[in-house]
Amino acid sequence: MTTISKVRYSRRSLLKSGGAAVAAAALPAPMVWGQETKDITLRQFGTGVSNLNDVALKVKEDLGFNLEMTALDTDSVTQRAATQPNSFDIADIEYFICKKVWAAGNLQAMDTSKIAQYDNIAGTFRSGLLTPESTIAQGTAPHTVGFTSGVNGKDFVQEESGWMTLIPTIYNADTLGIRPDLIGRPINNWSELLNPEFKGKASILDISSIGIMDMALVVESMGEYTYPDKGNMTKEEIDLTLGIFTEAKKNGQFRAFWKSFDESVNLMASGEVVIQSMWSPAITAVRSQGIPCVYQPLEEGYRSWGGGLGLSASLSGMELDAAYEYINWYLSGWVGGYLMRQGYYSAVPSTSKEFMSEDEWGYWYEGKESKGDIVSPTGAKLAGPGEVRDGGSFLERMGSVVCWNSVMDENQYMVRKWNEFIAA
Amino acid sequence: MERVHRSLSDARRRALALRHTETLGQTAGAGLRNNTVIGWLLAAPLALVLVVFLVLPIVMIVVVSFWGATEWSIYPAFLFDNYEFLLTSDVTYRVFFNTFKYAAITWAFTLLIGFTVAYYLAFHIRSLTWQIALFLLCTIPFLTSNIIRMISWIPFLGRNGIANSTLISMGVIDEPLEWLLFSDFSVVLAFVHLYTLFMVVPIFNTMMRIDKSLIEAAVDAGATGWQTLRHVIIPLTKPGIMIGTIFVVALVMGDFITVRFMSGSQSANMGRLIQNDIALLQYPSASATAVILLVTVLILIGTLLRLVDIRKEL
Repeated sequence: MTTISKVRYSRRSLLKSGGAAVAAAALPAPMVWGQETKDITLRQFGTGVSNLNDVALKVKEDLGFNLEMTALDTDSVTQRAATQPNSFDIADIEYFICKKVWAAGNLQAMDTSKIAQYDNIAGTFRSGLLTPESTIAQGTAPHTVGFTSGVNGKDFVQEESGWMTLIPTIYNADTLGIRPDLIGRPINNWSELLNPEFKGKASILDISSIGIMDMALVVESMGEYTYPDKGNMTKEEIDLTLGIFTEAKKNGQFRAFWKSFDESVNLMASGEVVIQSMWSPAITAVRSQGIPCVYQPLEEGYRSWGGGLGLSASLSGMELDAAYEYINWYLSGWVGGYLMRQGYYSAVPSTSKEFMSEDEWGYWYEGKESKGDIVSPTGAKLAGPGEVRDGGSFLERMGSVVCWNSVMDENQYMVRKWNEFIAA
Repeated sequence: MERVHRSLSDARRRALALRHTETLGQTAGAGLRNNTVIGWLLAAPLALVLVVFLVLPIVMIVVVSFWGATEWSIYPAFLFDNYEFLLTSDVTYRVFFNTFKYAAITWAFTLLIGFTVAYYLAFHIRSLTWQIALFLLCTIPFLTSNIIRMISWIPFLGRNGIANSTLISMGVIDEPLEWLLFSDFSVVLAFVHLYTLFMVVPIFNTMMRIDKSLIEAAVDAGATGWQTLRHVIIPLTKPGIMIGTIFVVALVMGDFITVRFMSGSQSANMGRLIQNDIALLQYPSASATAVILLVTVLILIGTLLRLVDIRKEL
């Protein structure tokens, strides 16, 4: 505990007791026993993908305390996690961000013995193996930055140490999104992103750690180069990769670059772009507008990512307990089911299953034909009876992952080169 | 006789004035220190605000521009790396060129439109009520936010947007025009839309203060409308044009969000470089870019101010 966080704690307690006094004077409520947790507010921030107001509402209903959500783009999330430790209690971040910011010391390690569902967390996040026979994909795989040596650990350890950096919640296999109605032919390879046929109608995301991996997949698919390790490129490999894309950019291949997921939705829905890097809920969002959009499985495989919840280093006492309670609730299934119905995978699939209908579980997880309409968590129709999820079952999709979003040894060089690519 | 009398009284007046100043000088001797102290005290609040909110942040930016950065933090140092990387990359020069290009084109259009609107308001509308009413009309778009005004162009200009579908249905074009959106065209269009008012206001203001009898004199002397404009109105409007220019140039050079949205992140200016650096936690590099941008804009504005003595006109 540092002095700063103590000051913050006392200021908040002061505000709380002030608020409670006002509330008590106004409403002499009988529920005295719940009063203390009721006044707790946890501030969570993360990308738009899982910072959902529905979750905050459900937390209030189930646990009684308040959850304040702030949705930011990926770079702003990294920035906040690294530079503003007192602005949040819970960080909903991706594992590659964790690799970047863990050493800054703004997050505290989490005791896995306090996590009820720890044993049910998917293997990807613990041993790194999806199934005992799997090979581990290139890049920053979650288990490599998922554990630290102890409560105050600043390092990463490769075994299940009992101290987690993030508690995993969500992951998925990403690929290119396409507009089948505007393309009119099958798309099977990453190289199609730079196909001159789609000149002025392609897009890639402007988030370096993710974009560089999409680029690497395209470069390999074009047959230009095969990386020894896509997730840890040398300077020459970075130059080569960005060189190919800079040339394509100058030739007018790209319509736009996007940074937040709603931008990608707009580009796709308006028809400005017909092929681009995309995230699963963006596909869902385009489809729920009645516009055909496919999350196209490609021969070379998927780029994957995982996210989890981290605790601010300054959390302590009652708020820390509340945060653990919240994380245990998060893994207990309701949120998992919600996220699965958006096309993500929950880190604890067994609990999520209880919050999904058999048909939903079959469609989203097992890759089976749907029996009835498949609707999004907000009620929009995503698929009719007899449809199959793009890419099939969980094992087919996650089993074809070839790389993870990455932070490389040469990351700073890559970032500068990326900036030049965007400016070129 | 009368003339002598007048010159006498003139002399007396001068003498009186002289004596008056002397008296003032004597009393001031005691009050001088007091006045200086009061003067300083009066200036202090503003000076303090400026030091804390303007000078200190800029000093901080300059200092940080020499620091080093890791993935997640910055550390004090005295390095020239940031400047070296910036000044040796040809991307920087291209981005600089782009920044100036946007500023120049936007300036030309806002000046042309701004001057015309101001001229119409100042010289063609006779009643003050109408002038005020029409002037307020010009400001109505400014009741919504900058970003909304900018973003609303996107669905309008898009491939399947209103502009393209209208042109197609009118038979003007067969294929949608791709360059309408996410291009230099859309960036400049948004800039002109956003910043023309900053040109209209100062030009209108100086035009309103032009003595109408000067124009009458020009007309009486046989000048054509064009000559009056060229030799009377434009020279007298220069300070307004200059103030408007400073507004527009400073706004366009410092912008990042318009370029980002209207070019679909395809083009860059200096502001975008800074924004990208900040997003990637490279604060020292962002500071170095900011310092160079600041110096450039200051030199530019310094040059502009040499052309017209604004202080004289205000």
